Amino acid sequence: MGEDVLGLWSLVKGLKITGAFFFSKQVTVHYPRAGVDNLATFRGPIELVPNPEDPAGPLCIACMTCAATCPTGAILVVKKNALKPVDAAPDQNKTARKAPKGPAKFTYDYTLCCQCGLCAENCPKGAIRFSGNPYCASINKKDFEFDLLEKFRMNMD
Amino acid sequence: MSFDEIQLIRMIVAVVATALFVAASVIFLVYLERKVAGHVHRRPGPFEVGPHGMLQTVADAVKLLSKQPLKPDGADPVLFWLAPIAAFAPTLLLLLPIPFGPILTGFEVNLGLLLILAFSGINVLALCLAGWGSDNKWAMLGAARSVAQAVGYEIPLLLAVLAVTFTSGTLNLSEMVAQQGPYPWHWNIMTQPLAFFIYFVCAVAETNRNPFDLPEAESELTAGFHTEYSGMGFGLFFLAEYTNMIVVCSVCTALFLGGWQGPFLPGFWWFLAKMYVLLLVMMWFRWTFPRLRFDQLLNLNWKWLLPLSLLNLLGTALVMKLF
Repeated sequence: MGEDVLGLWSLVKGLKITGAFFFSKQVTVHYPRAGVDNLATFRGPIELVPNPEDPAGPLCIACMTCAATCPTGAILVVKKNALKPVDAAPDQNKTARKAPKGPAKFTYDYTLCCQCGLCAENCPKGAIRFSGNPYCASINKKDFEFDLLEKFRMNMD
Repeated sequence: MSFDEIQLIRMIVAVVATALFVAASVIFLVYLERKVAGHVHRRPGPFEVGPHGMLQTVADAVKLLSKQPLKPDGADPVLFWLAPIAAFAPTLLLLLPIPFGPILTGFEVNLGLLLILAFSGINVLALCLAGWGSDNKWAMLGAARSVAQAVGYEIPLLLAVLAVTFTSGTLNLSEMVAQQGPYPWHWNIMTQPLAFFIYFVCAVAETNRNPFDLPEAESELTAGFHTEYSGMGFGLFFLAEYTNMIVVCSVCTALFLGGWQGPFLPGFWWFLAKMYVLLLVMMWFRWTFPRLRFDQLLNLNWKWLLPLSLLNLLGTALVMKLF
């Protein structure tokens, strides 16, 4: 009998708690009307790290590890082709035909990316990093097919 | 225009006005429920559809209307389609005897209270039809539990209402309200607080609201008796539930909280205010309490509410006889 009365009192206490919650400040942030203030751990889409020796180009050597590791197949890398030998002497051919290491094309489908970070973790050169950009929103699926070499081309102009 | 013709026109106007009131109320109530739920959870609730999410119910209604009403293969077509109609149709009738204002009674009837109590029993029939006609084990179980719950909780409800009938001497809701006064100390809740408490708990159980919503619990019985309904079939059950909430809270304000009586404003606004306070309390209960297990639910009824309501009734009778 006593514990039933105590039980009834616990119901009243529960009502007080939810009643207090009703009037307290909301925890939700109205994105995108309001900005989010704890973005330190947000990953967002990946981007290529510029080469410190040659900032016009990426650090990427087109080893294809990231494309192979990516669990969803969001990354597509195409190596640069070797230059054709142009009227060179036989002993000069080998150096002239050494393939430049770099990507000719590096496309990335953000709609497939799960932000697991395996590409960045496994890159031998550390050429991939997360941009931390939380404001990629669009109503068009095409806008999420990023060309990660675009920023290097733009800088070269 | 003879007296009968005037009465007929009055009835028609009353029915149409009640239907409009129900429609407007339910639309608002669904939105209010989701907003209250959101704020209790410290989140905004519906926000995008319309300003502050006000058109959310309209979007929900359009969604329900545009879904295909499916019937399972083995389900009895008559029973299956009759159930939602049987759930929703009496609710309009239930609102007619309720005095919304000094002259705003749809159909003033000397046995208004009895009419309401009798017709709310049709809901039980609708649950049976839904459960049996669905050809689904869980729907059947949900319906069986729902029937046991509804039938069981009607008894303390009846006894609590009977105690108020003793003190006011009439079953006519308009007269009961007229006997009360504008201020809280004139209301029936002062003379019958236990009856108010019992009535409210039974009302929450009758309308299958949390914490008594095991028969339609999503996590327990995959929506119980209305599992097999989609689109407008489910929409009608949904509407019936909210309309029943309105009916039950209206009867509660008429019986215990002085109905339309109030100091400065015209009666209808006081009635609406009191009704909405009770509805908000029902929503508060929903987002506070965990669901009762079925045996706990029945125990609460048979071991606590029924003896308490009997004691209340006897006490009332004793006090009335002696004083």
